[in-house]
Amino acid sequence: MIRADVVRGPIDTAEVLAGVGDAGDGAALLFVGTVRNHAGGHPVDGITYDAYEAMAREVLRAIAGEAAEILGTERVAVVHRIGTLKVGEVSVAIAVSSPHRAEAYEASRYVIEEIKKRLPVWKKEHYSSGEEAWVGGAVPAPVGPADHR
Amino acid sequence: MALAVRTLFFAAYRDLVRTSELPLELADGATVADLVAELRSRGGPFAHLPPDPAVAVNRVYASASQPLGEGDEVAFIPPVAGG
Repeated sequence: MIRADVVRGPIDTAEVLAGVGDAGDGAALLFVGTVRNHAGGHPVDGITYDAYEAMAREVLRAIAGEAAEILGTERVAVVHRIGTLKVGEVSVAIAVSSPHRAEAYEASRYVIEEIKKRLPVWKKEHYSSGEEAWVGGAVPAPVGPADHR
Repeated sequence: MALAVRTLFFAAYRDLVRTSELPLELADGATVADLVAELRSRGGPFAHLPPDPAVAVNRVYASASQPLGEGDEVAFIPPVAGG
């Protein structure tokens, strides 16, 4: 079962991983993205994630579906949190499960790289100095998923 | 004939134009590029929108030449930074 979610509360990473578990698989992988305490040499207190929520859900679902093709199973879960997060909090969790580790690593990597390229989510860094700024990112292109690979 | 669409602004673009949503009327047959040009010609903060921004029409990334339809939801997408 493919899971793709945009949430406003904390992400339970163990639950995301457990959701893809299958006794017939030998390789489960969990990727966790967290808020780091610095950016470009400046101390950071937190990040506010903004999203075009309706589209983000659709894009995340599409990315998870493409990852399932790489994986060869439908055991893919990806959850992205939005709102204001403190340093160390989890912003994204990606879990995949497969009979084979090569496909698991490839599919997990695919999900995070595609998120960076085309998920309509933005982040504003809150610096310890009291200043804040939107972080520059990738310009999404109007192309089909095949062209993203 | 006119064509009514909703435009949406997020993150840095929302801060720039100081609104998250704006209804617009365009001429029939208008494209994404026409909409962007019309907004930029309003001047003020709108003039600072990029001439060729990433845009999504009805939640799908669209090219500048895509024609718009009645009731379309047209979102200006600043460079994305998820993860």
